[in-house]
Amino acid sequence: MFRALLRWLDERLDLDGILAPFRHKTVPTHKLTYWYFFGGITLFLFVIQVLTGILLLLYYHPGASEAFESVQYIMTRVQFGWLIRSIHSWAANLMIFTAFAHMFSVLFLKAYRKPRELTWVTGMLLLFLVMGFGFSGYLLPWNKLAFFATTVGTQMAGEIPIIGHPIMIFLRGGSQVTGATLTRFFGFHVAVLPGLVVVLISIHLFLVQRQGMSVPPKVEAKWAENPSLRREMKFFPNFMLRELMAWYVAIGTLGALAALFPWNLGVKADPFASAPAGIKPEWYFLFMYQTLKLIPAKVWFVDGEVLGIVGCALIALFWLLLPFFESDRPTRTRAWITGLGIFALAYVIGMTAYGYLAK
Amino acid sequence: MATLRNKLRRLLATGSAWLSGFLALAACLGYSQAVNSCLDCHSALPAPLGVTQEQFIQDIHAQKGLTCVSCHGGDATSYDPNQAMSRKAGWKGNIDRSQIPQLCGSCHSNPAYMRQYDPRLQTDQLAQYHTSVHGKRLAAGDTKVAVCTDCHSVHDIRPPSDPRSTVHPLNVAKTCSRCHSDAAYMKPHVIPTNQYAQYITSVHYQDMVKNGDLSAPTCTTCHGDHGAAPPGVDKVQNVCATCHVFQAQMYDKSSHKQAFDAASLPGCVVCHGNHAIAHPTDAKLGSGPGAVCMQCHTPGDNCDQARVVMLGELTQLDGAIKKADYALAVAEASGMEVSEARLAQNQARDSLTKARVVIHSFKPELVDEDVQAGLKIANHDLQAGQQAMVERNRRRVGLAISLIAIGMVLAGLWLYIRKIEQ
Amino acid sequence: MGSSDPGMANPSCPLHAPVPRRGFVGLLLGGGFLATAAAFLYPVLRYFVPPPVAELGVDEVVAAKVGELKPNSGMIFRFGSLPGLLILEADGTYRALSATCTHLGCTVQYRPDLREIWCPCHNGIYNLSGGNVSGPPPKPLAVFNVHVRGDEIFVSRNGEA
Repeated sequence: MFRALLRWLDERLDLDGILAPFRHKTVPTHKLTYWYFFGGITLFLFVIQVLTGILLLLYYHPGASEAFESVQYIMTRVQFGWLIRSIHSWAANLMIFTAFAHMFSVLFLKAYRKPRELTWVTGMLLLFLVMGFGFSGYLLPWNKLAFFATTVGTQMAGEIPIIGHPIMIFLRGGSQVTGATLTRFFGFHVAVLPGLVVVLISIHLFLVQRQGMSVPPKVEAKWAENPSLRREMKFFPNFMLRELMAWYVAIGTLGALAALFPWNLGVKADPFASAPAGIKPEWYFLFMYQTLKLIPAKVWFVDGEVLGIVGCALIALFWLLLPFFESDRPTRTRAWITGLGIFALAYVIGMTAYGYLAK
Repeated sequence: MATLRNKLRRLLATGSAWLSGFLALAACLGYSQAVNSCLDCHSALPAPLGVTQEQFIQDIHAQKGLTCVSCHGGDATSYDPNQAMSRKAGWKGNIDRSQIPQLCGSCHSNPAYMRQYDPRLQTDQLAQYHTSVHGKRLAAGDTKVAVCTDCHSVHDIRPPSDPRSTVHPLNVAKTCSRCHSDAAYMKPHVIPTNQYAQYITSVHYQDMVKNGDLSAPTCTTCHGDHGAAPPGVDKVQNVCATCHVFQAQMYDKSSHKQAFDAASLPGCVVCHGNHAIAHPTDAKLGSGPGAVCMQCHTPGDNCDQARVVMLGELTQLDGAIKKADYALAVAEASGMEVSEARLAQNQARDSLTKARVVIHSFKPELVDEDVQAGLKIANHDLQAGQQAMVERNRRRVGLAISLIAIGMVLAGLWLYIRKIEQ
Repeated sequence: MGSSDPGMANPSCPLHAPVPRRGFVGLLLGGGFLATAAAFLYPVLRYFVPPPVAELGVDEVVAAKVGELKPNSGMIFRFGSLPGLLILEADGTYRALSATCTHLGCTVQYRPDLREIWCPCHNGIYNLSGGNVSGPPPKPLAVFNVHVRGDEIFVSRNGEA
């Protein structure tokens, strides 16, 4: 019966024509092939977020007086509400982790080099948007920690010279974090960011399909020397089935995390209360936050925090345009960029750990 | 050339207009401050004759338009000391301590006069003062006791509602302690000087200072302010009863009231103290340190048995509440949501508070009523916590089932991949 | 996939590594997919069913039903996470206020003899509009709106939170 349906569609849409390239798509097989999974896992987690997010939308009330209680309602009254919400919160963190892992693996596998520069750029933009998802979504339960984390975060955005203050007003929907901020972040989180991300993912995936999978330079050199060494795996069904296994592991992990470590509610935000001591942003912002804390109050004549934030922005811009820095002398800059990548990874891990342990 | 001259003329014109305006303003301002020769000289003098302008403008009397002359007499327009401080001009000089209440009372006891300033202000302070220990001793010739200026300050008197006033509720105890904690000063008077030291350990002081509760009792709440005197042994209970109504009502109907009255014991103070009133604990009902019942009662008598029963009831309810709290905390730590039960715990705690109040009836059956009500709620909350753990376990079973299903898929996929790659 | 491989006909042939029977793998895979699909769909379907208590009870609650209160009496009801006091006056007017005393947080009660709201902890007294008229309470009690719809008494907060 399934075949009959396919035949019906094929007569009208020429399915064979569409699916043919996929049938022939191959994935190079080498020691580092498994790193290719991370992109797919990130995509899978995004789909999970969209589905659980839509489910949460059925019961969530965006608004300072009702948001916290509506999340409490989902956690306590709605059947399996605790599961949907905890999966959404855990998958968010997991997705940011896999997105970073994907970025670093592409960096070390050198998949960003010509002709895949645009794939890297769209990917970096996606990474920024994913962190934006994390920042906007974190506020939605309207608890004390989220309220103050948002205050601190938007405050830092406001420190950017010249354009910072308008940016802060735009983000906050006013000069302070209020219910208006919540409404605005809700709009970003469920409409603006998903729209942008879907567009960018489409471009990113199209580029990957069109250009095929990249092979690390050393492996490529070895295969160029001795073509018989080249190993490839059919994407469909071999690689896809393996990826499916990874996705099932991911969903099992999410279920276990949701059941064993449900996401907590916290205490309802009170805009008039003072900030609790030792307020910290979520772990994926911790390395930036800790760096800013370590910069002295004044460096020469420049305010330390401003320097830090502008520095972060410049580094982000540099990272976005990384492929374009790889010059015509590939081997030298390649090693240079690898070294930078190792330093960046170590820095991010180290600073996150430091920020976690520091008071 | 002509334009330059015109410009100059215009400049001069505006300039002199500004200057004359300024002078006029200064003159007006200066005029409203009438010449006060007293302050002009005395602000330069050292203590005890010194009174500065900064000090005096904060005084409520100065703000209402009274001056040095209003109390001290004399002529404030003259800079000649002989004229300014002449008896002919009515100069009274330094007011003698024994005359101060009378002087203040000359206005403050005159309702017709005070009405023009604040119709709601009381005018019985002097009459009250005459009934106070301070007033009586002053009349007997003791000038060491407090007079108006000792508590209210002088030359910078603020209304009691001003937090900087020496008689603002937050500052009253400190003001009283200036004399009453000074052992050397109080030597001729045969009363203790440890009241302030004891008071600052009390729960009333903590409430006022920590919680900012201005309605918490301070010295004047129990002793009176102008009519300051100890309440009297048989009247202490009435004073405490103004806030602690329930306890007083219970105590009134209890056997202790007659017993204490007969023995001339000061009611509430016997068990709770007077100045160092600490937050009571159940240990008061016990038999160890801090126990009050056994100070009078014999171990084994009727009252001791009743005490044991009451203590047992309170301990039981306290334990049940703590047990339920613990169960709810464990459930919360496991990720279960138990806010409704947590809320109900407040009602259980209310019952415990009520039971502790009912102790003052010294009847175990009455204590039992409140304890039983509280136990019902606490047990219900305990069950809620246990139910949450059951639900938690159910979730884990569900997780195990889905993990098994996922395991099946993973195994199947792996085998399938192996098969097709043969 | 092959019937061209003669080894498949005889699984115990030593030339081939032992391959699990097609049937077993199919069962594992099919069964697993079905089981996981059920495990994912079941919670989602249950999730769609709205719980019996549809309202959050933060901004508006049903405090009581008409007839539960006698004239000149009061009762405590739950409003969000805090207690509220519902009073039916002798002339038939309903009033609802916060029941948390503004002094030290005890739960207040309605005194039919005084026709006022009283806190048993330190003898604080509020009038029926919530104003703190006597005793230690420093602030008035928050007043809520009351609407009677049918036989249900709805209590809601004033204005925007």
